[in-house]
Amino acid sequence: MAATTDATIQAMLDRAAGEGIDLAWDRYQKQLPQCGFGELGLCCRHCLQGPCRIDPFGQGPALGVCGADRDTMAARGLGRAVAAGTAAHGGHAKHMAHTLLAAAQGKAPDYPIRDEAKLRRVAARLGIATEGREAAAVAAEVARAALAEFSEKETPLAWAAGTVTPGRVATFARHGVVPCGIDSTVSEMMHRTTYGVDADPVNLLLGAVKCALADYAACHLATDLADILFGTPSPVATRANLGVLKASAVNIALHGHNPLLSDLVAQVAGDPALVAQAQAAGAADGINVVGICCTGNEIMVRHGIPLATSSVSQETALVTGAVDALVVDYQCVMPSLASVADCFHTRVITTMPMAKLPRALHLELTEGEARATAFRIVGEAIAAFRQRNPARVQIPDGSVAAVAGFSAEAIVGALALLDQDDPLKPLVDNIAAGNIYGVCLFAGCNTVKVPQDANYTRMIEILAGHNVLILATGCASGAFARHGFMSPAATDRYAGDGLKAVLTAVGQAAGLGGPLPLVLHMGSCVDNSRAADVAVAVANRLGVDLDRLPLVASAPEPVTEKAVAIGTWAMAAGIPTHLGVAPPVLGSPAVTRVLTATVKDLFGGWLLVEPDPEKAAQALLAVLAERRQGLGLSA
Amino acid sequence: MEQIVVDPDRCTGCRSCELGCAVRHSKAKTLLGAISESPLPRKRLFVETFGGRTGPVICRHCADAPCVKSCISGCLYHDERGFVRRRKERCIGCWSCVAACPFGVITPDPVLGLAVKCDRCHKSAMPACVEACPTGALTLADLDAVAAAARRQVLAAEAGQKKGA
Ligand code: SF4
Ligand code: SF4
Ligand code: SF4
Ligand code: SF4
Repeated sequence: MAATTDATIQAMLDRAAGEGIDLAWDRYQKQLPQCGFGELGLCCRHCLQGPCRIDPFGQGPALGVCGADRDTMAARGLGRAVAAGTAAHGGHAKHMAHTLLAAAQGKAPDYPIRDEAKLRRVAARLGIATEGREAAAVAAEVARAALAEFSEKETPLAWAAGTVTPGRVATFARHGVVPCGIDSTVSEMMHRTTYGVDADPVNLLLGAVKCALADYAACHLATDLADILFGTPSPVATRANLGVLKASAVNIALHGHNPLLSDLVAQVAGDPALVAQAQAAGAADGINVVGICCTGNEIMVRHGIPLATSSVSQETALVTGAVDALVVDYQCVMPSLASVADCFHTRVITTMPMAKLPRALHLELTEGEARATAFRIVGEAIAAFRQRNPARVQIPDGSVAAVAGFSAEAIVGALALLDQDDPLKPLVDNIAAGNIYGVCLFAGCNTVKVPQDANYTRMIEILAGHNVLILATGCASGAFARHGFMSPAATDRYAGDGLKAVLTAVGQAAGLGGPLPLVLHMGSCVDNSRAADVAVAVANRLGVDLDRLPLVASAPEPVTEKAVAIGTWAMAAGIPTHLGVAPPVLGSPAVTRVLTATVKDLFGGWLLVEPDPEKAAQALLAVLAERRQGLGLSA
Repeated sequence: MEQIVVDPDRCTGCRSCELGCAVRHSKAKTLLGAISESPLPRKRLFVETFGGRTGPVICRHCADAPCVKSCISGCLYHDERGFVRRRKERCIGCWSCVAACPFGVITPDPVLGLAVKCDRCHKSAMPACVEACPTGALTLADLDAVAAAARRQVLAAEAGQKKGA
């Protein structure tokens, strides 16, 4: 099996192999064969009487020591994965809320309110008075409302209940899955999955849905506050793949998920004094900031910072020998980075107190001194550049153009150019007419278990060819950007006639002189909330609930527990959601049946597990056909 | 001659070998496919634990095999490579072999009414159990080499004793 389909990454894999540098794919080979019990979700370590395993072939034990059966184990495992994903998005969101509060109180001068209009819109949605009030006062109240979301409230999470359709709120209430606190829901899931608590698989799965809805709230909160602090993305032209590194510049790669530090590094990297310092060190082209993973997405959609690479291939950026500083915050940061960096001059810098790497330099981000920290980081990168061995630099050629930055606001704004009074009308009309057959949101990661990007690129060819409008977030957008799908040229090449006409009409109206890109890059993985916003707006405009829209989601190469949480809330939002790698639950026929079938009757969405990209695309088209028929549209 | 060699000191009791064996003897040949077959495929080796020791117990493909001798229907036989195998259609379910095997590694399949035993994965170069074992507790090794290694161990142990004395 090929490791990757990105030629720039393949070049680095070849180099690493030649130099004996082990990367994720090599470590995966050494892990094989992986444990079948774990793969099936049939092992449990939730108490010290374990680990317990259940024999999927029925000759060995059918129950754990406590009596937990295969269904209980698989459901508990999934619940804990959702809880971990929610904890991660919640932690990210909470950092944003603390910073917004500090900013509002004048304690974080490096974080001015950059998008006051969004602040006021979010406040209005929360029922916070905005008329005639100072931005700081409104921001403080929004930040307090945000922080209140984490512990247990007496009311539903405002960032969940206040951002979905009325129909969804009623559905969630009917099934008892309305979350009232982000952290408290995570905590409840840990409680109900510990020794001797919840053993009913269906009840556990409903608990997982509730927890996933808290994840949705956390994602939405993180997106909103990031926009308030750093600006709401609008379309920006940039480039992608490892070719964006420059031999003639100090290269700083920003990796992880949270924009709190990366945005500041992006802001200060153009500082004339720093640029002069870089040039004095011999970097003719000054400072080149590039992104990796979702931190990369955050600064790509806001500042047009080029994206070097994504998730599974993060180590290959270092194998170029051209990265002077790799700055990380948290999530999806491989512990191996420090040892790969040892083969080069690269300085790995950690910035979050709760996320350190052995042997990395730790420069802690504090609200009060964020800009100063960003300056120090750039200084470290310049110092590292002086130690760079030019003979060790191998940057693959051929970066590709990408247009990113399609927030919900940007999409509605572009549509408003066609119809000022009713911006969603062109979208709705084109869906009705079949020019847009449906919408597919691609999300998630890259994994060693799939040749990198192969599922994304095959599926988009089929779906876009059938006039499906493509949205993307997270490392899904990384995959499309690196392969050139995020460009107007890709629209000309791959879009069906109807879709091409729509993207061209909007692109022309927006003054782009050509079509919109084939993929609308909405941002990082927390920014899946942006796609939800567009879907909710369309559903409300049509007067139907989300579970009737011709809308599907796909995570064809998923890895993280965060992806499990997102997939679970997408399913609960009524969105049929494809997974290209199965979560570890297939050892339980009951849990598998609930997630792939029964849940459809409860929430309207379900999980569709299909490793083959052709079959997955066809299955999603069939779902879209069914949804279109349900709305009385041509299939 | 190659044999499956067991080193119980390396066995963590993970039972991956059992899963691998069952999957190899399924129709689908994949874990996900195998677990939904009917009848379910059966494993042919057994991870046991006793007296603080854990390890896989597996058919030795005995040269003078008690199971073959006990088999009155001519079902069990030595194939051309010396593997003790079944002619399935001849098994009458008398379970004499189950009782005869000193290692307890023939089990009755209650669904099909057949004696089930290790076939040394004779169709593949590498037995599934060996392939599945992550720790090297199961390996495929040349018997002469195993014996030679054991002889060297004897010398090493004696040398160690002399040093210690
Ligand atoms: S909780 Fe039950 S199944 Fe899990 S390890 Fe403990 S006894 Fe075993
Ligand atoms: S089944 Fe038992 S008796 Fe027969 S060959 Fe194997 S170990 Fe020997
Ligand atoms: S050699 Fe094959 S049949 Fe025998 S125990 Fe191993 S896996 Fe099973
Ligand atoms: S796979 Fe190896 S380590 Fe695991 S139980 Fe079997 S023999 Fe022991």
